[in-house]
Amino acid sequence: MNALAIDNLDISYGDSKVTHGIGFNVAEGESFALVGESGSGKTTVLKAIAGMAKSWTGSISVFGAPRSHGIDRGFAKQCQMVFQDPYGSLHPRKTVDATLSEPLAIHGIGDSGARVDEVMQSVGLDRRFRFRFPHQLSGGQRQRVAIARALILKPQMLLLDEPTSALDVSVQAEILNLLKRLRREQGLTYLMVTHNLPVVSFLCDRLAVMRHGRVVEIADVDQLKRGALVDPYSRELTKFSAAHLQN
Amino acid sequence: MNALLEIRNLKVTFPTARGPVDVVKGLSLTLGRERLGIVGESGSGKSMTGRSILRLIRSPGQVTADEMTFNGTDLLSLSERQMRAIRGARISMVMQDPKFSLNPVMTIGDQIAEALLTHQKLARSDIRSRTLAMLEAVRINDPERVLGLYPHEVSGGMGQRVMIAMMLIPEPDLLIADEPTSALDVSVQAQVLEIIDDLVKRKGMGLILISHDLDLVSAYCDRILVMRSGEVVEECDAGELKNAKHPYTRGLLASIPRIDESRDELPVLERTGAST
Repeated sequence: MNALAIDNLDISYGDSKVTHGIGFNVAEGESFALVGESGSGKTTVLKAIAGMAKSWTGSISVFGAPRSHGIDRGFAKQCQMVFQDPYGSLHPRKTVDATLSEPLAIHGIGDSGARVDEVMQSVGLDRRFRFRFPHQLSGGQRQRVAIARALILKPQMLLLDEPTSALDVSVQAEILNLLKRLRREQGLTYLMVTHNLPVVSFLCDRLAVMRHGRVVEIADVDQLKRGALVDPYSRELTKFSAAHLQN
Repeated sequence: MNALLEIRNLKVTFPTARGPVDVVKGLSLTLGRERLGIVGESGSGKSMTGRSILRLIRSPGQVTADEMTFNGTDLLSLSERQMRAIRGARISMVMQDPKFSLNPVMTIGDQIAEALLTHQKLARSDIRSRTLAMLEAVRINDPERVLGLYPHEVSGGMGQRVMIAMMLIPEPDLLIADEPTSALDVSVQAQVLEIIDDLVKRKGMGLILISHDLDLVSAYCDRILVMRSGEVVEECDAGELKNAKHPYTRGLLASIPRIDESRDELPVLERTGAST
């Protein structure tokens, strides 16, 4: 079964249409990347799936169930989102414990003490950080909290919006290793938005290249590694990343 | 080589509840009309180094150095008023994010003109023609239209080019670029850096490029300083970065994923203290 099936998706903000006829499937357990430059509509696709961009036509189905246009609890249990900037996505006046307990309270799940403990352990956060505020944590620790917040409801799929672009390279390596390990251990499905192609090579199985609100190419990550993407725009993107490395 | 900037034993100190903390611990460098890259992680003191050259560190932060001379002028002994004449005109700085560094309620044309007017008296028509020429130099198509726009009406890449235009229009001798492209897309990044590179070469300026991206710095600089917790751990020619010797530099290099990545796990730097 497909974890996510998107067909002919047009999303608009007000009168302006942002994406045009987007379609792709993500298999269960797969890690799929959406790449492209800012303004290509990749984050908007994630928002539509998460219910944050409400005016769209076409179809989105998650684990076989058609997605509504808003936010619903059943969906939130299956699929969670991790945002780009760990400095902006955590409530500055809530402790790690409060941030992690809130989804449990919303869903009426008890035993929050033990669950928070467990999820913190799985993302590699020491116990002593539990009652700290975000400003007392480093960027990497904050992103771990954001990932823990997404994982605490035990979802099957994560929507990752540039999860490492705000972090240093060494911290990025830690978070990428963490995401890879969590996926292996918990059988998660990832849909990741990024403009960093080497990150795609490390973490993903397939990718879709987007430009001006359209998917121009869907390819296997092996094709990316061999530099064998077909579409001229994808080749241009690869060239930029590769030029970086040769020097 | 005639040194443009000479720094010996630079220290930047901030007082904390647990006593003073040195964020830059005795850094020395000599810069000619060349391109120097400073790399390091957040908190390594690289931005503080850049800011202290322009004396932009505010109290309670304290800057001391045995020597900090720019073209023979001792920067530390200048009054605030004399320093203002240097900032922008002789040494200028490009900041990280155009969203926060441009004035949101001034048109782009006015902001660039302001950078020029602060340091020179010029006729209005001269200002306009120089502003237009500068926008063209940073490869903005249709500069006439862009002059009248506000920062929120342009894209991030264009905003960053506007900022570069603003910093370069007084024709400084030294440009400090602090993470000039980390808020931009990969494709736009290359463009922006090439513009900086081109202008620096053409005008024979000195450049200090501060970044956490090793690949980027090695591609656009002649010489590289690697900083860690306020100290320079390694200095090498840009082309020699691959053969870096210091374990910290090697660790940083290894932690970057490659486009033909085949490793199952990325190597991670050992940290002192259990703070990951």
